[in-house]
Formats: sequence, structure tokens, C-alpha cells
Amino acid sequence: MRYGETGYDLEIDLSTGNIEKVERDPKLTELYLGGLGLNAYTMWSRVPADADPFDPDNLLIFAAGLLDGTMAHGANRTIVTSYSPQTKLLGFSMMGGFWAPELKYAGYDRIILKGKAPELVYLWINNDKVEIRDAKHLKGKGTYETSYLIRQEMKDSKVQVMAIGLAGENRVFFASLEHGRNSASRLGLGAVMGSKNLKAIAVRGTKDVPQAKPERMKELYFELLKYIQYRLQNPLPGIPGILAYIGSPQEMKLFDERWHTTSFAWGHARYRRKDFWTEEIEKKWAETQRRRIERYVSCYNCPVECGAIIRHDGLTTHRYLMKCFSKLTYLMAAESDSLEFNFDIAGKAQEYGLDGFTTPQVMAFAVELYENGILTDKDLPGFPKNNEERFYYLLEKIVRREGIGDILADGVYWAARRIGKGAEKFDHNTTKKHEQMVIKLGMLNPIYFLMYATGEKGNITQIEGQIPQAPLPKEVREEFVKDWPHVPKGKEERFKRFILEWGDEGKVFPFYPPPDLCCELVEWQEIMHYIDDCTGVCAGLSSFPIKPPYHIHNYPEIISAATGLEIDEDELWTTATRVRTLVRAINVRRGMRRKDEKPPEDHWKKRFPEYEEKLLDTYYKYRGWNKEGIPTIKTLKNLNLDYVAEDFIKRGILKPEEEEE
Amino acid sequence: MAEKKKKIVKQIIINADECNGCRACEAICSGYHSTDKFSIINPGRSRIFVHWDPYRNLFVPVLGGPQAPAECLARNKYIIDGKEYDECLFCGAVDCPSRELFQDPDSKLPLKCDSCESEPPLEEPMCVQVCINDALTYEEREEEVEEEREWDELDMGLEHLIKTFGPDKVLETFERLVKKEQTP
Repeated sequence: MRYGETGYDLEIDLSTGNIEKVERDPKLTELYLGGLGLNAYTMWSRVPADADPFDPDNLLIFAAGLLDGTMAHGANRTIVTSYSPQTKLLGFSMMGGFWAPELKYAGYDRIILKGKAPELVYLWINNDKVEIRDAKHLKGKGTYETSYLIRQEMKDSKVQVMAIGLAGENRVFFASLEHGRNSASRLGLGAVMGSKNLKAIAVRGTKDVPQAKPERMKELYFELLKYIQYRLQNPLPGIPGILAYIGSPQEMKLFDERWHTTSFAWGHARYRRKDFWTEEIEKKWAETQRRRIERYVSCYNCPVECGAIIRHDGLTTHRYLMKCFSKLTYLMAAESDSLEFNFDIAGKAQEYGLDGFTTPQVMAFAVELYENGILTDKDLPGFPKNNEERFYYLLEKIVRREGIGDILADGVYWAARRIGKGAEKFDHNTTKKHEQMVIKLGMLNPIYFLMYATGEKGNITQIEGQIPQAPLPKEVREEFVKDWPHVPKGKEERFKRFILEWGDEGKVFPFYPPPDLCCELVEWQEIMHYIDDCTGVCAGLSSFPIKPPYHIHNYPEIISAATGLEIDEDELWTTATRVRTLVRAINVRRGMRRKDEKPPEDHWKKRFPEYEEKLLDTYYKYRGWNKEGIPTIKTLKNLNLDYVAEDFIKRGILKPEEEEE
Repeated sequence: MAEKKKKIVKQIIINADECNGCRACEAICSGYHSTDKFSIINPGRSRIFVHWDPYRNLFVPVLGGPQAPAECLARNKYIIDGKEYDECLFCGAVDCPSRELFQDPDSKLPLKCDSCESEPPLEEPMCVQVCINDALTYEEREEEVEEEREWDELDMGLEHLIKTFGPDKVLETFERLVKKEQTP
């Protein structure tokens, strides 16, 4: 009997139409938990290291997290994994919602897809019945429309659908998979799905997910619920409103956007508008937001309501769903003051299945090239004068890969190189070929330097968390550390002292916190995210906010109550480190090295090249990696990743241990 | 005609405007009503059903209510937010022959909300406890009601079995099982 997980994967070969239900070795759960951990293991063991992302041999894996479908709050994430067409590295993009729990209730932890269907198809999974169905009638349809049509076809409002839009069908490198407001949007996995001729996956399940310690699970559930309720009513003092709560930043509920609009960069991540936020704008935006939002919505088994249903008369469904920073990404990139514009274009782009983070940056990049004479009217015939109209123009070109859109659809990095003529110089906000957060700051932040440089996810919001992003005001520091049980064992004294003195004279960036403390803080932030990515718990209840409901001390008991897996804090930490290291190993095998580990060049005005090298050296050493950022044989063996060590030696990536010293 | 009597009525009140569609009520309900409490989670066995349709902004929790002895000919019309809905999804009838709602996915037995009846009684039914956004609240009030026979789970289950297999078969099985039980 297995608890929490079903123990089964659904293996589907779209080329041959073969479908199998395969039981997994329970030992894998101990080693990799679930979700990203299992996906990374499968990608390592089954996909050739040099496979092209669009190669039919490349796998596309959809996993429910280990705790998905149990009573654990917010355990609803779907972890999609493949090679990214944009970075060419491991792409793992995640989304909340209802899809993964439904998959569990249908009796599967994962769907492992390979091959390529001869024509456009969708999958229909209803408990033991699994069908590959013709999707010709859905070709070119939007993501919402597709979900709506499939649900109509099934006449069952509990069918959960995830779909790609035109962007995924046309293999746009930043195409997303959409499921309501939940998007697995980063790293272009929608394009991989499109390359397999798969339009959508619809799931319905009515089977049990057993829990190992039912009574304890119930107690933990109510303990956490009480804390969630408390945190929703008690924002943390001294911290910007948007980061003071739990959940995804509450941009659907909050009207005050001073923090984002004045400290994040506008245009193609170029400049700050420190005076932007006025009373007039606040009033106008609040009116727009109230009018456009129809309802606040939650993901499965979570009360936090990070999302909202947005009215949109330009869509066949008349509405779409949104959360977080996508409320502002398009308007800031287009240098528009209109929140209305953002609601409009974001809805259209989501219907096409595009990443709301990368897309506006690609568009702003194109506008910049046009204004600098690198792209001309020949490349952009009939290009409008007004930025808002230009964005709509570019949207249509990109999703169809039409004209210049075919080049822009590869993202800023590749487009800059295909265009040439000095366009490369305008590629200033990518790391590892992927568009980054639109922030341009003054002084180097050593903690964020390490996270941007060494992060495997390509997205800072999926790496950061736990600690304030700036020194706390003096008057709240004592109170903050007094009630901070989240800190890992053995780190209490150091981390609390950090909060107490950070911002004092001489305790400022870039040389504070010192490199070793930076490493410890980065590790904590990362590890919490990797645990979430394996368990399927939403980062908004765990790794992203400050003082979240889930932490390293209560996690082991929740995992054990749900799954029966006896694991303590140290073992959980080691397991997350194993997964983190395996993900790195996959990328190392794909060619990633130290030279790739660079934040965007102009992320900070004041840079310290020598000191940054020292930071990187310290972090690599702390992690047990060599100077190139490759985990050493010893590190790999300590983490039960002997098979990775052997492979690295065989490929000449590492020398055998005795020679290494 | 049944006699009128004063009685404390306890009722789960549904405010669909406050529902964010998280379906925590379904999860906890299935857990609470599993044989070994909370040993399984399966919204398919829940006695509350959230009609969940973000594409039409429609989130309506429905409780498993009275049993539907026969298919209902008059489908209900609902007007919500100015729009008309012609369907029976918002109907709480359990064991309805025209749909699979509120039927156990395996045994097909009806699933009726019992407000989490237990000894000692819960302060509030589970679904109300987990709905911190107050789409579900619990009310107690005194009311004059006609006394009528309460359908309990056993009644409904037996009725369903009789309908499916016929009274003779059910009786025969019952006798056989009782005999088996008594044989040492």
C-alpha cells in the first residue's frame, strides 16, 4: 500500500499510440520524493544528453507533487519538465490550480510523454480509461477556448484541462501551458508540447488518495489553516505591502503599486520612474481594477485567493484569469500608463499561450531595435507609431511566426543573434539565454548575485524567499527575530544576528553579508524551493514569502503523516540537495559551465568583478562543486548520485577521484 | 398530514458570491466521511460539490440533499448575474437517475450531506470549518416544521439496492450474510 502517491506513471508514446501504466520503484520516492525530483531522475536516465528539445526522443513530463491531492494545503502544483528550446538546458516550469490533484485522483503521479503524434491530438484521461483523441477541431484555438470546448464535450465541470495556444502550436520559444490562471509559462515548454502535436490534456479522476496517518494529518491541517488565517490578517510590519502577506504577491487585491512601478524598470528593462506613482494614477488604476475583476479565486485546497477572474470582451470566453506581476509586465514594457491596456493585452497573450514575463520584454526589445534603426520599416511593414498598438502588432506576428515574428519568437537572446547588425548589444537582460526580472539597481547585492548566477530555474522568484529583500527598519528588527521559528537548525544565531545588524553602518552591500553568510542564506532559500517543487506545495505558502506556513521544521512531519515516509529535517535537507545537484548535473552534461553563470550585465550599476569571482568561488566550494561549478565526485557520492559521477568520468567531464586531488 | 412541530434547525448556508472555488470543502468532506476518518481524500466521494466553472465565473457549492426517486422532468432554470442557466447541476438531489452527481464512484450508493453528524457533535460541519472565506456558514434557528420521516443513510442505501437488484435478491443476500455471521 502506498500513501500520498499513487506509485504509478502513465507512459505514452505519441508516435505509436502505445499507452502503459507503469509502477514505480518505491525506493525512488525515498531518494527524490516526487515532482521535480522524479522528473529530473527520469530526464537524466532516459533522455540523451544531446537531444534537441524538439526531438521526438525528448520527453515531456507532467508530474503531480508528492503531496498533491492529500489534505496538505496548497499541494496542487503541476511540475512540467523537459529540455527548454530557449536555454537548451533542463526546463522545469510549474503551475498551481486543479490539474495535478485531478491526475492523482485518476490514479497517476505523472504522465511521461515521448514521440510525436502524426496529427494534432489531445489526451483524455478518465481513471483507467486513457485515450489519444483527434484535436483537429481545436487547431489554432485559444487556451481558454480549448479548455472550455473540451469541458463542454465531456459535460462534466470537474474535468481539468491544460492546453497550449497558437504560440505552442507554432513552437514559440516562450510558449506556455495554460490551465485557468495557472500557467506553466517559463522556459518554453508549451513549444515542446506543440512539437509533439499535443494540444491539450484533459483529466478526470474519482479514486482515493490514501493518507498514512489520518488523525495527525487532520491536526496538522487545522494548525496550518489557523496560521494561514493569522498571516492573511497580519501583514509583517516594516516590509513593503506586496511582500508582507503570504501567497503569490497579492496584486489582484492590493491597489497600491508604488513598489513595482517605481522600483522596477520600464521599457526594455531600461529605466526607473521614481515619480510615477501619483494620487491620480492610484485612483484611475483602482477604478480599472475594480471594474475588470469579477471574482477572486484560489487554487485547489488553498484559501489564499491569489488569482482573479478578469472581464475581457475581446475573448470568446469573455474572461480570463490572472495573478501577480502579469498585471503590470506589458504596460511597463510598453511604457504605457494604462492598466486597462495591460488587462487587455495580457488576456489576449494568455489565450495565445505566451509567457507573460518574457513576451513583453521581447516586444520592448523589438521596439528598441526599431527606434535605433536596426529593425526598419522593411522588417516591420506598417509598424504603428504608438507603443500600445505596436505591442498588439508584434503579438500577432510572434504567435504566427510571421515575418520578423519568426525571429522574435525565439526570445531576445537568439533573436539578437539572428538579426545581428549590433542587435546583440540590446540583449542586456538575459541570463542563460532567458529573460530576467526587469530590475535595474545601484549597488551589487551579493545574495541576489549568487541566486541569479547559479540559479537553475531561470527565474528569481522561484529561487528567492524567506528573508526580507532589504534591511528592515531598525524599530521592527527585534520583533521580527523574536518570532521567527522558520530558521533552519544551527543557523538561528547567525541568521537572527544578520536581520538585527543588516543596514547598520558598515553592514551594507556589497561586502555585507560576507560571502560565507551569503552562501548559507542562498542555500536556505533554494532548498525550500526545491522541497516545494518535489512535494507540489505552492511556493506562495512555503518558499516565497517571509514567515510562511510551511517550513523546514514542520515539513518532515507533514510528509510523514501524508505518505508514511519517515524523514527528519536533515534527511529532507539532503534529499532536496540531491535533487538540486541532479538538476545541476543535467545542465552540466548539456554544457553549462562557470562562464554561463552571470546575472544580466547591467542588473546593478556598481559591479565588483573580482569580488564577484570570490563570491562564486565561495559558493561553489560551499556546495561541493569544483571551480567550473561541477559537483565533485565526492559530493555526488555523498548524495547517492554515484551514477552521475560515473557518467561524468566516462564523458571526461570529471577525472576519477584520485586524479582530481 | 404531518404534524407541525417546533424544532431547532441547523443549516449550512451557501453564499456563492464568496466562493473562490478552492474545493477544500470537497477534500475535507471526503476525508471526514471515509471509514477510517481522513484515511483517504477523494472529492469524488464528497457530499458537497462545487460547480466550478471559471470560464463563466460560476462557482456554486451544492450539498447532497434529498433523494431523487425518479428522473426530474422539469430542469431548473437559474438566472445568475443576469444570465440564464438551464441545467440540473445546481440541484442537490442525491442518487438522481439522470446524472452521476452525489453517487459513490465505486458502489454508486447515494452520498447525502449529514452535516457531519457525530457523537459528540462537531461545533460546525467540516466544510464550514475549512471555508475561511465564509462561502459556507452554519446557522441554528428555531423553526416550525412538518415532521416527516428522515431519510438516513441506511434507508437510502437500502432503497438504492432494492431499486437496483429487486427486493427478493436483497432479502436473500441479507439472510445469507446474517447466517454467515452467525456460523461460528
